[in-house]
Amino acid sequence: MRLSLPARLGVRTVALAYLAVLVALPVGMVLQRALAPGLATFWASVTTPAAIAAFNLTLTLLAIVVPLNVILGTVTALVLVRGGSFRGKALLQAFLDLPFAVSPVVIGVALIALWGAGGWFGGLADAGVRVIFATPGMALATAFVTLPFVVREVEPVLREVGDEQEQAAATLGATGWQTFWRITLPSIRWGLTYGTLLTVARGLGEYGAVLLVSSNLPGVSQTLTLLVHARYHDVANTYGAYTAATVLMGLSLATLVATALLNRTRRHP
Amino acid sequence: MLALGVVLLWVGVVVALPLAALAALSVADGPLGFVRAVTAPGSLAALGTTLLLSVAVALVNAVLGTVIAWVLVRDSFPGKRFADALIDIPFALPTIVASIVLLALYGPESPAGIHLNNTRAGVLVALAFVTLPFVVRSVQPVLAELELDAEEAAASLGASNWTTLRLIVWPAIRPAVISGTGLAFARAIGEFGSVALIGGNLPGVTQVTSQYIAQRIEVGDPTGAAAVSVTLLVIAFSVLATLRLLARGQRRAVA
Repeated sequence: MRLSLPARLGVRTVALAYLAVLVALPVGMVLQRALAPGLATFWASVTTPAAIAAFNLTLTLLAIVVPLNVILGTVTALVLVRGGSFRGKALLQAFLDLPFAVSPVVIGVALIALWGAGGWFGGLADAGVRVIFATPGMALATAFVTLPFVVREVEPVLREVGDEQEQAAATLGATGWQTFWRITLPSIRWGLTYGTLLTVARGLGEYGAVLLVSSNLPGVSQTLTLLVHARYHDVANTYGAYTAATVLMGLSLATLVATALLNRTRRHP
Repeated sequence: MLALGVVLLWVGVVVALPLAALAALSVADGPLGFVRAVTAPGSLAALGTTLLLSVAVALVNAVLGTVIAWVLVRDSFPGKRFADALIDIPFALPTIVASIVLLALYGPESPAGIHLNNTRAGVLVALAFVTLPFVVRSVQPVLAELELDAEEAAASLGASNWTTLRLIVWPAIRPAVISGTGLAFARAIGEFGSVALIGGNLPGVTQVTSQYIAQRIEVGDPTGAAAVSVTLLVIAFSVLATLRLLARGQRRAVA
């Protein structure tokens, strides 16, 4: 169907106006608010002790969760694709998709139900191992929300490349590890990198699940996302909220650009 | 065998056990306790607000998401790639950043003089922001694959644009619109971070279910929080299961 020029311009205006008021203008506004007082002021605001502590905690959580989910995610994908059929496979598949569908707050409540005082594993807290309102709980929350990414990126690649080369390697006498390092890993490297980037981006930005299991003390147990919230809500430091949000936005957009570039490389290797 | 054991242990500890403990906690006061927690006035008010705003934002997405997908596929203008890149921003940004971003333009210090903080309109804008990509990104590839032949044939036979849209384009993109709208709805009912600051968490007005759940935890009622959490999960899963059934029916109809 060919729209007349006025109709085409009308539809275009509606679409672009919606994108402008919903995304472009608000994002531009935050950048303007954060950067207008000058770079020195911006820098001072994002390098306060509380901000640096928040940045470090976010990095710590990623340093715990990303390797675990990358390694175990790859193993999970291998088990699903190469492991043949086993009882409970469909159930495992269903659990792997759950984190996409569960509200972050519900994840927080579920972790409290399991690890909190009076929970199934609540005895640990009595024994002095704090999970809820401590770093392990925040790491578990981050692990929950990022669990599917590596599995779901590596799984289709494994299916697509098939196992002929792996079998050939085995026939020629390669051990399981040799086959993995020399054949399997190189063939899944792009999917693995993509999944890792998504894991980092999602882990970096998690808010709701982490909020519920954190003691939320400035300089101690605040991640970058909790810092943004606390600065705006608790201490009415609106400018500080804009600058911290700008840092998070920069990190997320950098990941977005990296995934876009990676997608292009993957399509035209 | 060892690998399978490790995988089951990992997925079990991280995902399955917490959710099982959540389900157990939700009925810790018995079935009646569960019903009482879910039907408490605050819970019902929050569920009402959540469902109302999620339906509204799903409809906004169904219409404007389709329009945007259409413009990105069929129209051409300078800056089109920039407009296309904007669609990915809501998925990339942390939800709490989304809240701050919207407050910068529609909050108390709005340079445009529009103050949506602590209003249902503000919650709606936040939900529209985080759900923007669903319909656009599910309709866009379908429109791009659509052959123009049928549309041109219809036009040459004297069909008006409206007729072509109704009889040729709409049947082709309908599954994608429905699936994108359903995903947007499922995302909206659980949304927390993006509405946290702009919504103001006013009970009975802007408080959504996820905020009500967090509040139950704060006041020391984890059992009530778990009961409402399970309710929210059941709603989300029903929507997603319905979408899967619809998609299966669609594939069968095509085959």
